[in-house]
Amino acid sequence: MSLSADGIKVGETRESVLVEDLKRTRIVQYAGASGDYNPLHTDERFAIEVAGYPGVFAHGMLTMGMTGRVLTDWVGTEALLTFGVRFKAQVWPGDTLTATATVESVEDTPAGPVAHFSVRTVNQNGAEVVTGIAAARLEP
Amino acid sequence: MTGQPFPVEAGHIMMFARAIGDETQAHRGETALAPPTFTMASAQYDPDHRLRPRPGEEWFGSGSGPGAMPEGGGGLHAEQHFEYHRPVRAGETLYATTVPGRSWEKQGRTGRLLFSERVTEYRDAAGEPVVSARTVAVVPEGPATPKDAR
Repeated sequence: MSLSADGIKVGETRESVLVEDLKRTRIVQYAGASGDYNPLHTDERFAIEVAGYPGVFAHGMLTMGMTGRVLTDWVGTEALLTFGVRFKAQVWPGDTLTATATVESVEDTPAGPVAHFSVRTVNQNGAEVVTGIAAARLEP
Repeated sequence: MTGQPFPVEAGHIMMFARAIGDETQAHRGETALAPPTFTMASAQYDPDHRLRPRPGEEWFGSGSGPGAMPEGGGGLHAEQHFEYHRPVRAGETLYATTVPGRSWEKQGRTGRLLFSERVTEYRDAAGEPVVSARTVAVVPEGPATPKDAR
């Protein structure tokens, strides 16, 4: 699956609800799959009593992984050339996350057209938890 | 090929895709396509991965007590960047080589913040680059202190 350059316009956006009421178990599920067993994400007692947080919070990479879906559902995994994010705020159990991807530009390269996207994921209060950019190859 | 071998397995891709809530068909089956952030899971194959408890070794999380902050603890993931040279599929083995990148510091609200980069190249059996990954970590200077409430 790959989008054609005619099928995508600068300024076009896609929005996707990534998770509603994020569960602690989901964070544990990501820990098991990724191999990042940091107790900050998996161990409520450690997170509160030792690290001084209100509780466990999601791996940044869980949020980035979920955010990637707004891109891959649109352009396809095979078309992605780059994907990079900044982690802006923590994601807590109970959070609802919504990602938005926006086409910022379409560039003609020797290898064919490339779309450049901005991405942002916000929580239920509208606070940004992840911002980033991505690029994807388009069919000429 | 040199580097830490990372066998890309269909079952592992399925588990990872489920964890990030991606149930699309592309991530299923013997030749499943890996989601864009999947290479982070190469930590499973790193014998020295710090964030995995190991039998016979001290682990810093809670047990009968609350646990203890390890040396250099309190660090957080600040940024993550990927460059894709080609898609990753189940059934192949990647070879990961990690080198330190730049390091810098910034004044934060509560003191200095120390940033450091790690750059990991994932190559295939032919030595061709597949995914280039750059991780930026941030560690607050000084002893860990109670964190701001949410």
